[in-house]
Amino acid sequence: MSLCLLLAIPLLGGCLAWPADRLHPHLPRIISLLALAATLAVALPMLHGTSFWLADFSVPWIPAFGMSFHLGLDGMSWLLTVLTIVLGMFSIVVSWRENVEKIGFFHANLMWSLAGTIGVFLALDLFLFFYFWELMLVPMVFIIAIWGHEDRRIAAIKFFLFTQGSGLLILIGILGLAFLHQRATGVLTFGYFALLGHEPGGAAGFLIMLGLFIAFVVKLAAFPAHVWLPVTHTQAPTAGSVILASILLKTGAYGLLRFVVPLFPTASHTLAPIALWLGVASIFYGAVLAYGQNDFKRLIAYTSISHMGFVLIGVFVCNALAWQGVVFLLIAHGVSTGALFIIVGALQQRLHTRELSRMGGLWGDLPKLSSFGAFFVLAAMGLPGLGNFVGEFLILRGAYGAAPLITILAAIGLVPAALYSLIAIQRAFHGPVREARAIADFGWRENAMMLALAAAIIWLGVYPQPVLDVAAPSISAMGVTP
Amino acid sequence: MMRDIWLVPALPLAGAVLLGLLGGKIPARLAAVIGASSVGLAAALAIRIALLWFAAPPPGDAFLLPLWTWITLPKFSAVVGLLIDPVSLVLILVISVIGFFIHLFSAEYMEGENGYARYFAYLNLFVASMLLLVLANDLLVMFVGWEGVGVCSYLLVGFWFEEENNGEAAQKSFIVTRVADIAMLIGILILALRFGTLDISTVLHGAVSAWPPGSFWPAVVAGLLLVGGLGKSAQVPLQTWLPDAMAGPTPVSALIHAATMVTAGVYLVVRLHVLFLLAPAVLHGIALGAALTVLLAACAGLVQSDIKRVLAYSTMGQIGYMFLGLGVGAWGAAMFHLASHAIFKALLFLSSGAVSMRLHHEQNIFAMGGLRTKLPLAFAAFLVGALCLAAVPVVGCGFFSKEFLLGAVWAQNPLLWGVGILGAFLTGVYIFRAVFTVFFGASVDVSGAYGVRVILPLTVLALAALGFGWLQTPDFLGGANIFSNVLAPALGGAATDASWPVALIGMAAPLAGIGLAYALHQNGFWRRQGAASPGLFVRFLQGGMGFDALYRAIFVKPFLWTVRVLKDDPVDQVFQLLQRAAVGLHKRLREEQNGKLRRYAGWMMAGSLATILAVVFS
Repeated sequence: MSLCLLLAIPLLGGCLAWPADRLHPHLPRIISLLALAATLAVALPMLHGTSFWLADFSVPWIPAFGMSFHLGLDGMSWLLTVLTIVLGMFSIVVSWRENVEKIGFFHANLMWSLAGTIGVFLALDLFLFFYFWELMLVPMVFIIAIWGHEDRRIAAIKFFLFTQGSGLLILIGILGLAFLHQRATGVLTFGYFALLGHEPGGAAGFLIMLGLFIAFVVKLAAFPAHVWLPVTHTQAPTAGSVILASILLKTGAYGLLRFVVPLFPTASHTLAPIALWLGVASIFYGAVLAYGQNDFKRLIAYTSISHMGFVLIGVFVCNALAWQGVVFLLIAHGVSTGALFIIVGALQQRLHTRELSRMGGLWGDLPKLSSFGAFFVLAAMGLPGLGNFVGEFLILRGAYGAAPLITILAAIGLVPAALYSLIAIQRAFHGPVREARAIADFGWRENAMMLALAAAIIWLGVYPQPVLDVAAPSISAMGVTP
Repeated sequence: MMRDIWLVPALPLAGAVLLGLLGGKIPARLAAVIGASSVGLAAALAIRIALLWFAAPPPGDAFLLPLWTWITLPKFSAVVGLLIDPVSLVLILVISVIGFFIHLFSAEYMEGENGYARYFAYLNLFVASMLLLVLANDLLVMFVGWEGVGVCSYLLVGFWFEEENNGEAAQKSFIVTRVADIAMLIGILILALRFGTLDISTVLHGAVSAWPPGSFWPAVVAGLLLVGGLGKSAQVPLQTWLPDAMAGPTPVSALIHAATMVTAGVYLVVRLHVLFLLAPAVLHGIALGAALTVLLAACAGLVQSDIKRVLAYSTMGQIGYMFLGLGVGAWGAAMFHLASHAIFKALLFLSSGAVSMRLHHEQNIFAMGGLRTKLPLAFAAFLVGALCLAAVPVVGCGFFSKEFLLGAVWAQNPLLWGVGILGAFLTGVYIFRAVFTVFFGASVDVSGAYGVRVILPLTVLALAALGFGWLQTPDFLGGANIFSNVLAPALGGAATDASWPVALIGMAAPLAGIGLAYALHQNGFWRRQGAASPGLFVRFLQGGMGFDALYRAIFVKPFLWTVRVLKDDPVDQVFQLLQRAAVGLHKRLREEQNGKLRRYAGWMMAGSLATILAVVFS
């Protein structure tokens, strides 16, 4: 039942936040934050015991079509759900002082998108999954289209086309899967467990797998399906960018881990070599393009593409070590990239530009912002001792036994990572001061956010074992080799 | 007491965190106190542990303090733990004690600079990372310290960030070492796959039992790890970052060159020497590369006009000597030279910093002169350092360590020994070229006096440089074996002493070098060299023999070209093509809807005709 609360509270919070701005402009923020805090209070205690499924909830939904409202929570979805809630809270706090138009509707969209994301991580019925997938994406289109920056229209259209395209592929895929299953067994069902272990063979099975794979890779924004990401992440308002990069990207990886590989073990094995090479291509392509960007936000957007290359490799080497690394990297990337988008958002608010050519020497004017900026850039680069390194190392370690060449190439990809990281620090924070500025450094609200995120990334890097322990049962249950 | 070892890296780390958090809010004086005292306390603790150790070594001559489980998974685990053994003990003493004096010196040297607290935060973090590197019991934990050292050197080399050049030097130092570190990471991955853990003793035992000497895998792994070491230790062909790293404040150079960073590669090979013994080919490669480095550094050192660059190349050369020792398996001799070099190189950098402090940060030796009487303290300190660096017999620690090392090299390979002797000769020439040019001849004006925070480090380090060598002396000077006895449990006994002609040549070479430097000083050659515009060959030597140009051509330019080509995201362009095609088609079709009835009728006719034809002929 508490699983329903995880969905109901943010949905309801969104509905309350919408009209609340008529009473007071701050009220939507407070309502949203309280709703998310309540959701977190529900989610945190659910991690108990040693059983693999922490919680399960199932009622018939449309029995005639074999659809049920089936939610389930295991360690992996718990981690991603908590990440969603926590970064959702950050995305609300980040725009606390900004003057947002239609602030009620803005927060309603944020909350609905978060609720949809939580649903994506919980759904164990494929049709329900599709439903939440759409719930997650449509409010985000509004956020980009209404509250985005100068090119928001194009960004929103691109985002809409790509996500709806991938949504269509998912719909076709799950319908096809259900019908093939019905033909084979005589039962029409969209239940995850019913479909598990009945991989449809032949060309049809492979095509369905391919469709789902493409859909999730588009969401993951791996090369060459990444083209929606840079413009979307750049044009979205800071809160939207945080949610997009820290949370929504992860649903693509989650879809691959939860559905594509377990439901289609043979077909995905056939596809694995291509997926691995796409991963390598993403790592290098994202890194090289990040280096060349002049827009700071766009630079960070491209680094995500590079990091998701590691995720793609980790998923398709199909062993438990690499999958642990993938889950870990999803969380660490969520924290570090979320922090970076907050920092760039703060810079844009102060400088009214995102262009690196107009920055430089910021360390003198904004020592706190710059220190945090350099810290999170280095964290994202995979500095050992911080969270991202643990994820990347486990992926490389897991991948090395299965695909040594790919692993070596991926490791070499850490060199361009250093290049774009240092050039970002150099062009934004170091270097000569190009224009005189009278701007304020981080205040206590921003400092507190940054310290919390920095503490999280250090904790992840220094003591990752609790997170690994939470994810372990779900990963070993998904039938990958240990 | 041994259990307190965790405090040794933790204290500087706490200092760094404290300074990082409080940074701007506390007065500069307090920042210096926090920065220096955290390392000072760590040094005191390290000394205390060392004394206890020498009084009663723990069983097995090693003490492991497991701290916490970092990663435990079915096929891989890593435990964070600290290991004290003779090797790490010597190194924590070197790092913390010399590190402390560098902090103390910095407190005066950096006075009045912007970002004073930030400077000490970086410096503390640097020392903490290096201490973690040498104390780590697990290669992955060591890698944390390893990269931490790289980041700190990046931050400190680029400390004066307003200068674009400093930023470039800082990036270069990080990226060159990062490239090397990726090779090391791949080596670590192979070990992790093979042995399921990176615990150093487990890996070494596993390697010995799994791999026969001279087989393929130990050579690959040792080679990859070595690349990481070569990068950090600035050895050919990864030496290019070191001269540029002089862009940082001088005490930072002292820290990088003496106590931290560049010794990491030597430490790595010593720590894993069991693995390297399984790969004789790699050891040969180490020796060969070291010989090249020694010669390259000595030749480049001869033509530098920036005093810090002279010292930078001398570091490269001295680390080359250490690698020469490693290449012939003289682990203890390499360690002795490491410790001795740390002392005199810190002394040289700090005294050169003391000189330029009084000359408005002038670093060109030809803009100096006659400072012997004006700055007697700096002169005495620099002279002691130079005597050690040149390995002038009996005077300083450099003689004893180089003599010990070259004796071991002679026993293995007389040819490499010859290169070492040639290097020693050239070292004598180039360092005394600097001594004579800076401290003798016509004098320049200076002003100001040194405070105690400069005097104390210089005095202590100079005394240490004079005394340290007597811990390990050749037979004709008493045959003390204190240092090698300390290391013996970890690295085996001392090498045999070289015969007297060998020792004699070893002593004569630096003296001849100094003599030549003096003769050229007397006839004014050095000054003329400094005044003349350099010829092609000299410029080639000055620039480090073309490595930079080579790397620019084969790495930097292709990368920047790729960046330029891909800048606008060609994949995105393809999708935009689709968009443009759709828009274009839309326009064309819209033009057809123009209200001209005749045209509509024409199209209808054509359509009907086509349909009829299709029906008739199908």
